[in-house]
Amino acid sequence: MIRDITIGQYYPADSAVHKLDPRVKLFATLIYIIALFVFRGIAGFAVITAALAAAVHISKVPLSYMVKGLKAIVILLFITGIFNLLFTPGDVVYWSMGPFKLTDTGIQNAVLMVVRLIYLILGTSLMTLTTTPNQLTDGLEKALGPLNRIHVPVHVIAMMMSIALRFIPILIEETDKIMKAQMARGADFESGNLLQKAKNMIPLLIPLFVSAFRRADDLAMAMEARCYTGGAGRTKMKPLRYNRRDAVTYLCILVFLALVVVCRVFLP
Amino acid sequence: MSIILDKVNFSYSEGTAYHIQALKDVSLEIPDGQFIGVIGHTGSGKSTLTQLMNGLLRATSGSIYVDGEDIYDRDYNMKELRHRVGLVFQYPDHQLFETTNFEDVCFGPKNQGLDRKEVELRAYEALRSVGFPEELYFQPPFDLSGGQKRRVAIAGVLAMKPKVLILDEPTAGLDPAGRDEILGLVSKMHRELGITIILVSHSMEDVARYVERLIVMNRGSVMFDGTPKEVFPHYKELEEVGLAAPQVTYLMHELRRFGLNVDTGATTVKEAAADILRALQNEGQRK
Amino acid sequence: MGIIKASKLVHEFIRRDEEGNVESITTALDQVDLDVKEGQFIAILGHNGSGKSTLAKHINALLAPTEGSLWVDGMDVQKEENVIPVRKTAGMVFQNPDNQIIASVVEEDVGFGPENIGVPTDEIWQRVEKSLAAVGMTKYRNHSPNKLSGGQKQRVAIAGVMAMEPKCIVFDEPTAMLDPNGRREVIRAAHELNREKGVTIILITHYMEEVVDAVYIYVMEKGKIIMDGTPRQIFARVEELKAHRLDVPQATLVADELRRAGLDIPAGILTRRELVEAILSVRESRRG
Repeated sequence: MIRDITIGQYYPADSAVHKLDPRVKLFATLIYIIALFVFRGIAGFAVITAALAAAVHISKVPLSYMVKGLKAIVILLFITGIFNLLFTPGDVVYWSMGPFKLTDTGIQNAVLMVVRLIYLILGTSLMTLTTTPNQLTDGLEKALGPLNRIHVPVHVIAMMMSIALRFIPILIEETDKIMKAQMARGADFESGNLLQKAKNMIPLLIPLFVSAFRRADDLAMAMEARCYTGGAGRTKMKPLRYNRRDAVTYLCILVFLALVVVCRVFLP
Repeated sequence: MSIILDKVNFSYSEGTAYHIQALKDVSLEIPDGQFIGVIGHTGSGKSTLTQLMNGLLRATSGSIYVDGEDIYDRDYNMKELRHRVGLVFQYPDHQLFETTNFEDVCFGPKNQGLDRKEVELRAYEALRSVGFPEELYFQPPFDLSGGQKRRVAIAGVLAMKPKVLILDEPTAGLDPAGRDEILGLVSKMHRELGITIILVSHSMEDVARYVERLIVMNRGSVMFDGTPKEVFPHYKELEEVGLAAPQVTYLMHELRRFGLNVDTGATTVKEAAADILRALQNEGQRK
Repeated sequence: MGIIKASKLVHEFIRRDEEGNVESITTALDQVDLDVKEGQFIAILGHNGSGKSTLAKHINALLAPTEGSLWVDGMDVQKEENVIPVRKTAGMVFQNPDNQIIASVVEEDVGFGPENIGVPTDEIWQRVEKSLAAVGMTKYRNHSPNKLSGGQKQRVAIAGVMAMEPKCIVFDEPTAMLDPNGRREVIRAAHELNREKGVTIILITHYMEEVVDAVYIYVMEKGKIIMDGTPRQIFARVEELKAHRLDVPQATLVADELRRAGLDIPAGILTRRELVEAILSVRESRRG
């Protein structure tokens, strides 16, 4: 069911990862993504795996819960795997038929890409699982603060993101309900070709949009009623302040980056 | 058309932290033509129950028989089942999407594969059955009042000519006038169309007046099943699970405690008033 | 002058077509007079479309009157510079619990209002603490609002308003989307705020049984106030209430039936207990 999607949803727990400054986590995620795309060899892979495993362990988010989040991208993984498997030229060809080839490089690439994607999702979802949307947007707002000077409305963007994240689960649940309401009237969301499928989505999308707009209206009014007037003059309930834990984590991130680079440069 | 549930279990998100056992060993028989109220508070499993009956959800274990046929048989036609067991969801906004009310009601019969003429005929019939004002037939559904939207939503399912009509909290968000209108309408539909009606609600007071059978759900199990007169005497147990019997039930029980010989089974205002008068009269005569 | 005073308040919704010509005018409020004293618990009853929500939005300066005037704590809501002070004075709890919670964690949502009005960080925490305790939601402070029941969500919304320390809170149909348990929770919370913190409460609802404990009731229909008085005065007018298709409590209805059958039952019975006592005293007098 749609409501099983866990990507982006906060998982409450009392862990060191949860308590980190969101800016640290943003930075860590960035470094992690870079590492994923530059690493080479078994050693590099081992470093990344160890780092990810350690982070997951410390975060107290059950691995099974995170793996469930992968369900949503199974198709993507599958397509990526198949494409890499069948379309990569290589030295040793095990099997071929027309344009399709199964080569040693292809197998290697397919495995690499699928693992990369899985690691990418696991790593980034770890950030959203341990950081409340508000902290995340606070972190972004603060990290991107300098952009304010060139008239980028950083606060507005951050607020929009935070609200979007808050409403994603609500809209997902709503989609589920609308789908059922239309299925009860014989609507069919599965069969037919692409065009038909798109057309079949109309009974789903229109009620969803109508409801989203109404929610937006209500929310705007509720925010106004609570004296929201934009970023100016606001104080923070949870202002971002670095402490020792954050400093140590920055250090760990740098060590991690160094290790990955070392593995790439010096090991086969 | 009869529906039989045999030891039905249902759980959401099995095997995760959010695992919820929504229904536990529910066995029920819904014979043809009854007007049934299903009562329970949020999370009691009442909505799950209704979605099982028309195949939108699949039981984790147990069997459901509709007209003697097991709906989990591999060659059972689920789509056909949804036509026969109509389900109207809580919020009409979740189903209205067409440019006009009339067209929206056509959606169900169209999906049944009927020809245009039959589709329109059914839409007219359904809109008339729910007392929807004719001048609004070809207006967009989005500007309607809550009560009128609800009518269009009910018509949208009625147009599929179901044998069983399930209404999930059809009065949610309506004001008392709108609520009475919709409940009156549902009761009228039961009389005139002769179909089975299952009314899901969290308000005893609302449904007691209309239904002939009450199924009280609590924590995924059937707590009581009987006529309102049979169920309300358990008002203390009902209260414990956050459901209240109608005010008059309490009133009659309290009067009884003070020695006034009233009938504690009275469920409506009229019955209660008449019975209090009778009891007072009797006392007077005995003296 | 009371904390909220409306005099001949009119609000018209004007619908225009694409060229800007007036298509239709709906008078949502029609010459409404209102006077609420500080610390009172008052109720406004009416059907959907009776204008009661429009009135509520005026008290919070979310809508501006077309004609007439409205003062909140002595401030004229029409003056631009009063908008924010008025919103600080009169908070508002809306109908749909999902559409008024902004943050994804309960305590952060409660802190949202104080953040907006520039309360220093330390004080925000104190206010959040107090407000959550006042509605009994301290236990859930780190939860996601999505996992709470409707009644709990509304209590979070109430805490969010409380944290701004308003003198008055307008509840705009706070129970319309809740089940009986949730309804009880919310109404109880409103009464507690009134009793213990002295907050003026304006409860807008279409459920009559929620207003029996108010000190004064206004009944609205088609933008006008058609009845006003204490609950006892209002509930004594059963025929009128029925004619306006309001939801009279069953105890009041039974009392009315009995009175019309000739029993000596006083008008304006509000609760079951009052009715039992009245019936028993009729019985006593007959015996006597």
